[in-house]
Amino acid sequence: MSVRLALLGLLGRQTSHGYRLKHRYDALMDPSGVVAPAQIYATLVRLERDGLVRQAGMDQESGPARRLYELTPLGHAEVDRWLTRPVEPAPHLQALLYTKVVLLILAGRRIEPFIDMQRETHLARMRELTGLRLSRDVATSVLAEYALYHLEADMRWLEAVASQVERLTKGVAGDDERGGRTS
Amino acid sequence: MTGYEALEGVIDNVEVPLLQARGVRKAFGPTCALRQADVTVSAGEIVAVMGPSGSGKSTLLHCLAGILAPDEGEVVFSGRRVDRLNEEQRAALRRTDFGFVFQFGQLLGELSVVENVALPLLLNGVRRGKAMAIAREWLEMFDLADLALRRPHEVSGGQAQRVAIARAMATSPKIIFADEPTGSLDSAAGVTVLDSFTAVARSRGVAIVLVTHESRVAAYASRMIVVRDGVVTAPAAAEWSR
Repeated sequence: MSVRLALLGLLGRQTSHGYRLKHRYDALMDPSGVVAPAQIYATLVRLERDGLVRQAGMDQESGPARRLYELTPLGHAEVDRWLTRPVEPAPHLQALLYTKVVLLILAGRRIEPFIDMQRETHLARMRELTGLRLSRDVATSVLAEYALYHLEADMRWLEAVASQVERLTKGVAGDDERGGRTS
Repeated sequence: MTGYEALEGVIDNVEVPLLQARGVRKAFGPTCALRQADVTVSAGEIVAVMGPSGSGKSTLLHCLAGILAPDEGEVVFSGRRVDRLNEEQRAALRRTDFGFVFQFGQLLGELSVVENVALPLLLNGVRRGKAMAIAREWLEMFDLADLALRRPHEVSGGQAQRVAIARAMATSPKIIFADEPTGSLDSAAGVTVLDSFTAVARSRGVAIVLVTHESRVAAYASRMIVVRDGVVTAPAAAEWSR
């Protein structure tokens, strides 16, 4: 997730300051709040340097005075361009899960126990997310929904793998032998 | 406190399962669909039954619900041996204590929505006026009151499924058996159906046995069991508390 583009997107809606932007970013994009305030302020400085945002006075309504930022015409154009282009699908959505499954098949081990275990782990998280999805907070609900669909896709893929273990085992082992990497 | 009183206290605190299957086996000709199945369902809990197509999920559900008689083993509901009941007794149990929700074609096209919901009450001998009033209350609970006089073909798939759930709930059963209840719906409609189904069941303390192959659906349950090649496994780590 690009903090830079997210801040531009948030500023496209209204003039804001670093403190409020951090709050909005956490609420809408990342409830875990891993982006440090310093990163928000440093990003705003860089956006100003690049001519995408500019200062728009001070907010003195509540608490200490805070510097307000707004998008420049160049910033508006950048946001429009970014928002209206499709996102390229990531080449490896869950690389670790994929790698484990391939290695288990390659090792000739039974895949079903792993799938059962993974199903439990995924379902425990999906259960939490199902609860979060019913949250009154729309951002939390939408984010939980997004995560649920992705975890569901993992599980569907695992079930598909489980239904064709024999074919996959032959295929993976064959590829291995043709590559001359058997031990 | 006497010894008997102490013993009664202990007995009161022991949770008696609402439904319990022990060593259930069911074959169709040479094909063994279910082997030595052990399943326990407590009052008010939602249990997901997962597994691939043809794994025996539906056979398990049908044995638990007294639709199929197991070849071996026993099924006990509230202290009664379901597998020993004759067909008439099992049908009576299905009309009173059990509710059913299936994937397709559950509503009678000749009846209105409210009549469909009232139907099991009428079959149980409830007078028509009272049955219709109860049915309307259930429709209200599932946000379907405006559709009461429509025919099933005049409502959406998701609405029809909520009507079917309202009908399953109308007799105030202790347990509902749901076989892929959202299998014919798109994701958004499925979510709406499950949200209301599980919320109402939890508020009423109704247990649900929820057969599904979708993890998204199973995530509504408080516990999961898996059926594969007719064998039931209930991973300990799959038990969560709500």
